[in-house]
Amino acid sequence: MSARGELPTWVDVGLIPLINLVLALLISGLVVVIIGENPFQALGIMLHGALGSLKGWSYMFYYATNFIFTGLAVAVAFHAGLFNIGGDGQAYVAGLGAATPGLILGGALAAILPAGISQPITLFVALMGSILFGAFWAFVPGYLQAKRGSHIVITTIMFNFIASSLMVYLINNVFRPITSMAVESKAINDAYILNFREIGRLIGMKLPSSPLNPVVFLAFIAAFIIWYLLWRTKLGYELRAVGANSEAAIYAGIKPSRIIMIAMAISGGLAGLVAFNEILGVQHRLLLDFVGGAGFVGIAVALMGRSHPLGIVLSALLFGLLYQGGTELSFAIQSISRDMIVVIQGLVILFMGALEDAFRPSLTALFFKVEE
Amino acid sequence: MTPAIELIGIDKRFGAVHANNDVSLSIAKSSIHGIIGENGAGKSTLMSILFGFYAADKGEIKVQGKTVKVNSSTDAIALGIGMVHQHFMLVDPFTVLENVILGAEGGALIGPALAKARAELKRLADEYELDVDPDAIVGELPVGLQQRVEILKALYKGADVLILDEPTGVLTPDEADHLFRILQQLRNQGKTVILITHKLREIMAITDHVSVMRRGEMVATKETAKTSLEELAELMVGRRVLMHVEKGAAHPGEVVLDVKNLVWRDRKGTPRVDGVSFQVRKGEIVGIAGVSGNGQSELLDVITGIAKATSGTVLFEGEDITDLNDPSILRRRGMAHVPEDRQHRGLITSFSAAESAILGWQNDAGLGRSYHLNRNAVIERCRKQMEEFDVRPADPLLKSSKFSGGNQQKLILAREIGSNPDLLIVGQPTRGVDIGAIEFIHKRLIHLRDMGKAILLVSVELDEIRSLSDRILVMFAGRVMGERGPDADERELGLLMAGVVKDAA
Ligand SMILES: Nc1ncnc2c1ncn2[C@@H]1O[C@H](COP(=O)(O)OP(=O)(O)OP(=O)(O)O)[C@@H](O)[C@H]1O
Ligand SMILES: [Mg+2]
Repeated sequence: MSARGELPTWVDVGLIPLINLVLALLISGLVVVIIGENPFQALGIMLHGALGSLKGWSYMFYYATNFIFTGLAVAVAFHAGLFNIGGDGQAYVAGLGAATPGLILGGALAAILPAGISQPITLFVALMGSILFGAFWAFVPGYLQAKRGSHIVITTIMFNFIASSLMVYLINNVFRPITSMAVESKAINDAYILNFREIGRLIGMKLPSSPLNPVVFLAFIAAFIIWYLLWRTKLGYELRAVGANSEAAIYAGIKPSRIIMIAMAISGGLAGLVAFNEILGVQHRLLLDFVGGAGFVGIAVALMGRSHPLGIVLSALLFGLLYQGGTELSFAIQSISRDMIVVIQGLVILFMGALEDAFRPSLTALFFKVEE
Repeated sequence: MTPAIELIGIDKRFGAVHANNDVSLSIAKSSIHGIIGENGAGKSTLMSILFGFYAADKGEIKVQGKTVKVNSSTDAIALGIGMVHQHFMLVDPFTVLENVILGAEGGALIGPALAKARAELKRLADEYELDVDPDAIVGELPVGLQQRVEILKALYKGADVLILDEPTGVLTPDEADHLFRILQQLRNQGKTVILITHKLREIMAITDHVSVMRRGEMVATKETAKTSLEELAELMVGRRVLMHVEKGAAHPGEVVLDVKNLVWRDRKGTPRVDGVSFQVRKGEIVGIAGVSGNGQSELLDVITGIAKATSGTVLFEGEDITDLNDPSILRRRGMAHVPEDRQHRGLITSFSAAESAILGWQNDAGLGRSYHLNRNAVIERCRKQMEEFDVRPADPLLKSSKFSGGNQQKLILAREIGSNPDLLIVGQPTRGVDIGAIEFIHKRLIHLRDMGKAILLVSVELDEIRSLSDRILVMFAGRVMGERGPDADERELGLLMAGVVKDAA
């Protein structure tokens, strides 16, 4: 029983996130003022940068693609009562699973099969590889939590660091062609996802250049699948039961340790899809730091989206807008750097995560007063 | 004399449910005022409004004749109102002492408050014999003792008006009598007590006035001395109620559950179940009586596969299940389990009723093929159970936490009895359930027995044990002190429960 009754659902899932967002924006506006710029002008530039052109929209959806994956990753773990902070590392390691098939298998298949057949096969293997490598990198902390009681927050953070070092080593010493100066693998041409501009060119349509590619549909499909998993399957039921009340789950014959490992694997697999998008759809090679902090944005996205796939899609789009608009902003106003977005993101996490319950009581009181 | 508390025209709706409909109530100073009513009648809601947990839609609250606004429990405490909740509000990982000072830490350092509380607890313990180890972790205490902590907490804050929402649910008659002596003493010292209970005997025994609620309305307030048990029961339910369910002779068949020399030690190595042996046969109800905290909960955990036995064996339908430790396999084989603690185990309060109604049975083939969980089937099953057990409101989509205590209990019973088990393990089946529903539940249990099912019943209600059981085992300090027939003398059972064995052999 929560104090003073409960808020209607629309307040809970709609109004509270909105208030948090507005507050985050207000404080960011103050930061802009302190820097000595006009915050309204800055907001205008941001909105125009993301929504003022087809190119802006494309970038917004491109960013959102990664954020949906990582947001879902955080949410799945969260429903099982786990806080997976390791999305970044999981996506990074998944790069191995995404790149290797294209680098090795792709060429071999292309030699014996027509490209129309070898490409899809290689892509499929790469998709599975991304999911499996990401899943593995999350499964290990899950295992340690389930069997050894090592706290998942600590282990996933540590695994982020391990992933960084490991990937630097592997990319530099294993994937980098000996003759190359750049620390990256050779180009992956045998598993190549055309972006929309390239697809448009094939059918004679001119689209603005952007990294947006069909993997964005995979993100929407993933959101649906996760919704289905959580609320329409027995596994999802057990997962939520463990997250909501592990004692009741044990009574029900559900093994929390098993659920923890499964939830973490699913979570990591989702994060791994970022690698699929970035490496095969955007970069076409394995390179350093290709995740670009998407794993951490996923935390804000999941918090803001109330861990519900629909909310996550919407808040991922919102963050996509902020990222795209923020990039434009940093071009337009030199004194504002792109890190402004990181500030906003941090504030959203602060309000949604840490301060959420700080507003709830006064909001509830206000709400009931208005009702009277 | 101005009344201690006056509620005037209190109205509260939860969506379609009219929980309190223009309720007025006046409570005289230094009196014990009982409130009774069926499950879901709105008693807890009314008290939650008085205690500042809910805001009433309409109405006025007067304390000592002055109109007040109670916007939070802090306000209520400041007005001298204390409450012991139906569902405990304790911090499980904290010690008893830490729980008691919660909200009264007074200052940045808790050392002084702890020292003061320790002395005060000792005084309360001496005065009222409310013994609890102040350094025990609350979450590790059995429900009976947690209850005492709740009572201590309210007393410690020094309330003038003490609200108790079903405080005796887990107490034995002896413990309850004890509590009542405390309440009477409080009244004699000028304090006011509001007591919600389903046990009419308690109402008759200690209250000065009693109010009856039905479906959100206040239907009567009587002077206790001028009313009778039967009249109250009828006012409450609207019909005559059987206080004791008729039951024919048992026809025990083959052994379903065979427990031999079972031992379970806790982490400190203390045996909480200490060499327990007994059998339950088809077509009989075996009751385990005892003061709560004497190993009954642990015994149930081991039998149902939740905890692992330290030594000994458990045979279920002839098969050794001691090392199986898998409640879901046991369920599939026909062992259903109504847990003692409905809030923490029986259901998941943040889930809808329909989702709670499949807890433990989520892998049933009837709920969807292979991995799929068919939402309509889940809702449909819940709807059927709600209808059969008269759960109110009959809304499968309502969150489990929003049902009144008794209705939550009915949901769980419906789920477990509805699975048509070979063996039903049931802990405190009628805790917090109204008399009409108790009659119904007892009938169902006896019906199940007459269909040839085996039932193991654990209850701290001696009345319940005696009226349902075909054989009674008494547990004390983890051991079975003896076995008696259903017609055993109440005093004798009481002695066994206290660990006193008369040499009968
Ligand atoms: N937060 C809530 N949201 C929706 N409905 C609620 C909520 N709290 C209580 N109700 C409903 O209000 C009605 C009254 O509930 P209340 O808990 O006051 O009953 P009660 O008389 O204390 O019953 P019991 O004896 O079973 O404890 C019930 O129908 C219950 O389902
Ligand atoms: Mg109640």
